[in-house]
Amino acid sequence: MTALDFDEISAEDVSRNFGRRRAVSRITFRARRGTILGLLGPNGAGKSTLLAMLATVLRPSAGVIRYGTLGTSAGPALRARIGVLGHDLFLYPELTARENLVFFAGLYGLADADARARGALAKAGLDTRSEDAVAGFSRGMRQRVALERALIHDPRLALLDEPFTGLDDASTELLVRRLRDLREGGAIVIVATHDLDLAEGLLDRAIFLRDGRIVQSVESPGALRATYRRVIGRAGA
Amino acid sequence: MMLRAIWLIVRKDLTVEVRSRELAYTTLFFAVSCVLVFAFSLVQEGRAAEGVGAGVLWMAIMFAGNLALGRTFERERQSETLRALMLVPAPRPAIYLGKLAGIVVLLALTEAILVPLVALLFQAQLLAHPFWLAAVVATGTLGFAAVGTLFAAMLVRARSRDVLLPVLLYPITVPVLIAGVRATVAIAQPDFEAEVVRFWLALLVAFDVVFITLALWTFEPVMTD
Repeated sequence: MTALDFDEISAEDVSRNFGRRRAVSRITFRARRGTILGLLGPNGAGKSTLLAMLATVLRPSAGVIRYGTLGTSAGPALRARIGVLGHDLFLYPELTARENLVFFAGLYGLADADARARGALAKAGLDTRSEDAVAGFSRGMRQRVALERALIHDPRLALLDEPFTGLDDASTELLVRRLRDLREGGAIVIVATHDLDLAEGLLDRAIFLRDGRIVQSVESPGALRATYRRVIGRAGA
Repeated sequence: MMLRAIWLIVRKDLTVEVRSRELAYTTLFFAVSCVLVFAFSLVQEGRAAEGVGAGVLWMAIMFAGNLALGRTFERERQSETLRALMLVPAPRPAIYLGKLAGIVVLLALTEAILVPLVALLFQAQLLAHPFWLAAVVATGTLGFAAVGTLFAAMLVRARSRDVLLPVLLYPITVPVLIAGVRATVAIAQPDFEAEVVRFWLALLVAFDVVFITLALWTFEPVMTD
């Protein structure tokens, strides 16, 4: 398997139905390398469904997603360049933090899995807890391990669903710095979040979703909360 | 990459099991209880009717196997780790084979206790031809687990998965049950007939080849929504 590279991700008229319910409707956008794109919207707006399609685990019912010039048929080579932090953390609670990361590093085909895992845990500030089972971690600590799991293979495309959940101030600051580093490193970062205060100043572009549709797309967004209230409505803010 | 991924998944499953011991205890306790209940009701004056031991052995294996299959995928569902496995660049059939191997190892450990227990309680000569018996039990377990692993993975997000798994699994694995029981009965006979055992063993091998091939072929499409 050869890992491929791409400079851009694009979605064209992408829709996804679950039975008769349309979760995502005719979404079109592009994001280039070195960009942090925010998906903002209330619960049920379609953010997680859109991320799942970008991650290749859900097939669009209609429309096309392209990674550079390639479609999702690129399979394993494409998956090797995508990192996903889900709402669920994708960690085995019985395994230690290090074992979780070594396991996933191995599945991503990384040669120095143990060294990578230790390096990742140091970045997360969890090197002293590396041999503790994840089951004993707080939500914030698990979130930090999960983020490192998602990024352990230096993905070109990082898809993060509510990455700030459960993090204290110091960890949030660490995560913001990590996302900026990813952007500087040329990754495409797509973040679905409700946390408008944290998203402010971090995002290069924001897409506002409601009922599965894009209701507004803003370049270099400022005053996110005001924009959110205007386009989504006060109830969701 | 394929073999490495299979090994990593098997090792992970066994490590999790060694730490929690949840599946081993549940499966073994259930299987042994099953055998004991039937022994109390079917063994009269230290003897059971011919072939009863073989039937009880295979029934315990299949019931315990269903329990193990459900629980092992429930673990992958709880933190959505099955989705994480579907996101890695390893070939998807490797994920299937890794999970299958983990289940087979667990069932093999259960069978290592079940077989002597059934032989003892039912006074069945199961261990008279240990290599034949090992071949029959191994191929039967593999066939049952091959179908069960595919169905359990498919049903992992279904709300009524606990009901649906046995409903789908048992009818399809009836050939395994019949071949397993007939071959085990033949092995336990005082006048051992290798031809009969060979016939049922060939059927089990054919079942394994067909269903593992089908599962490898269908695992990726059925796991991508």
